[in-house]
Amino acid sequence: MEFNQLIQDAFNSLTQEQSEDTFFPIRQKAYENFQRQGIPTSKHEEWKYTRINSIVNNANAAFNFATPFKVTGIENIPALPFTQTALQLVFVDGVFYEELSMLNDTVEVCSMQQASVRYPDYIKKHAGHSSRYIKDGMQALNTAFAGNGLFVLVPKNTVLDAPIYIHHITRSVANQLFVQPRSLVVVEENAQVQLVEMYSNEGTQECFTNQVTEIAVYDQARMEYYKLQNQASHCHQVGTTHIQQVGKCFTHCVTITLSGGTVRNNLNLVLEAPHNEGHMYGLYLLDGQTHADNHTIVDNLAPDCFSNEFYKGIMDGKSNGVFNGKIFVRQIAQKTNAYQSNKNVLLSDTAQVNTKPQLEIFADDVKCSHGCTIGRLDDEAMFYLKARGIGDKKAKALLLHAFAEEIVEQVKPEELKKYIENLINERLEFGE
Amino acid sequence: MLQIKNLHAKIEDKQILNGINLTINAGEVHAIMGPNGSGKSTLANVLAGRSDYEVTAGEVLFKDKDLLSFSPEDRAREGMFLAFQYPVEIPGVSTTNFIKTAVNEIRKYQGEDPLDAVAFLKMMKEKMKLVNIDQSLLSRSLNEGFSGGEKKRNEIFQMAMLEPSLAILDETDSGLDIDALRIVANGVNTLRNENNAVLVVTHYQRLLDYIVPDYVHVLYKGRIVKSGTKELALELEANGYDFIKQNVGEIA
Repeated sequence: MEFNQLIQDAFNSLTQEQSEDTFFPIRQKAYENFQRQGIPTSKHEEWKYTRINSIVNNANAAFNFATPFKVTGIENIPALPFTQTALQLVFVDGVFYEELSMLNDTVEVCSMQQASVRYPDYIKKHAGHSSRYIKDGMQALNTAFAGNGLFVLVPKNTVLDAPIYIHHITRSVANQLFVQPRSLVVVEENAQVQLVEMYSNEGTQECFTNQVTEIAVYDQARMEYYKLQNQASHCHQVGTTHIQQVGKCFTHCVTITLSGGTVRNNLNLVLEAPHNEGHMYGLYLLDGQTHADNHTIVDNLAPDCFSNEFYKGIMDGKSNGVFNGKIFVRQIAQKTNAYQSNKNVLLSDTAQVNTKPQLEIFADDVKCSHGCTIGRLDDEAMFYLKARGIGDKKAKALLLHAFAEEIVEQVKPEELKKYIENLINERLEFGE
Repeated sequence: MLQIKNLHAKIEDKQILNGINLTINAGEVHAIMGPNGSGKSTLANVLAGRSDYEVTAGEVLFKDKDLLSFSPEDRAREGMFLAFQYPVEIPGVSTTNFIKTAVNEIRKYQGEDPLDAVAFLKMMKEKMKLVNIDQSLLSRSLNEGFSGGEKKRNEIFQMAMLEPSLAILDETDSGLDIDALRIVANGVNTLRNENNAVLVVTHYQRLLDYIVPDYVHVLYKGRIVKSGTKELALELEANGYDFIKQNVGEIA
């Protein structure tokens, strides 16, 4: 069966089951949108270097579209390796599971369906906002199929002393799996929160996660967002994290990609209020055949905003890195400060990177810079280390550590940083 | 300790060393002098194993082993140390972590257990005094933002930590003021003993006032054209390299 037919069948059965669903009209529209656009191919400008249509086409009829409201057979859910957590929110096969999550009294957590009743204004204002920026079939597909989505409200003045972990568990043991997790997080005035998204998979069949996370940050709030991707090569991901800085607030994002099949991260920062500040950091440390694509957008819609973006990549084996960073400075956004930098190291002749920093400026009084570098490990530095008795592998590891550390040190939760450092240590010192 | 026999080397297509012969015994200090472009730094780098240079003929024995068959890291592990003319800045690698890694890699090669944190710190403290180097410098990234003098002192500090049997100082005096020169020389002199040897590569006689050589060799056009005792250095200082060039011209 063709992939499109498969989706059609899945959508039909979804609508039969859930015609009462509040989001039904939105689903219907998104589905039509998807039918028009389909899975993006390399002809799509934003998908020039990242091919996902071959993954879904090869997988063919075998893809199991998890029923977005019911997941069965949940046992042996892997625990997170952290002790300091404010909340642990669990998705299983793309569906938010409140029963498996660890909640607390200070943060409100419910399904999107419940939220549409309790917080209609937030839903109206923020749910689906990302579709204004990401206009492709994947985004539409998520909206059409998103099941029991997650809604998180961090109320006014709430300051959490540990991160909120969102743990995405997928099980592709017997069948190939296609999942569509969806979240909306609202951080109210004066609140402070650290959000961490992590992924784990059970099984060896292909698993495709097509995710959308939308976050709205209000006046005087501080929001840190971390995404850690460290999966096996049969796990593919397309994910959009869309952040609206509604009031004058501070955001800090770090995306770390250590392994996986084909991974595409969209990260959007929409600066709506004057004096907004946003930071985006990223590290992709790739080998084997992993393909990691980071597409970022910073949209300056108000004057006096500051944004800084710094992505670094290390590519070994036959891996492939893509960086595409876009900064928009609208006409009204005078006195914008926007910086962007992307640095890459290629360790093998078969590794590749494509990097494209872009600026679109419509205001005339701004400070913007962008740049990118691609290189190899510095021969002089390697020789210096070797001349002190440090072997080839250790010398490389030292230099790569130093290169990666600039990003890793941006991970503020100590426990998470240690965890990431250990993963990187293992990779650099004991890996291929 | 070191026997260099008929060593020829080139970089790209340029022949630089044209048959060097030199023997250094334990306990000795040798100085190699010579005008710009005579091949002094090339000799130092060929011995340390820099891959830009290709050895086209000759042989080098280090402690009776075929040095040229060793990788740069194994040369260091066998006890050779090159103090760089231009120490490399490596952002993100702390000097302390770097030296600890080096010390333990060498110990591993020599079949010794790695130093634990306490023993390593004790050793660091001792050696820091020797070259008058500040703790704050060692917690910074390797050579990053160091002044010329700090970089050279850091080289000698590394030498003190690694305790090599043969230290090659490649123009260690360049870029040093007289105080820094004294500190560096003092460090080298303290480390000298009957079991190790030093090869000083320099332009000027100045450094040799502080590190007094047993032998001085003049390198010219990739060959040692004259050898002597420390008086030869003084003679060079007084007369310049021209008289060497003339003499060589006459011989040729």
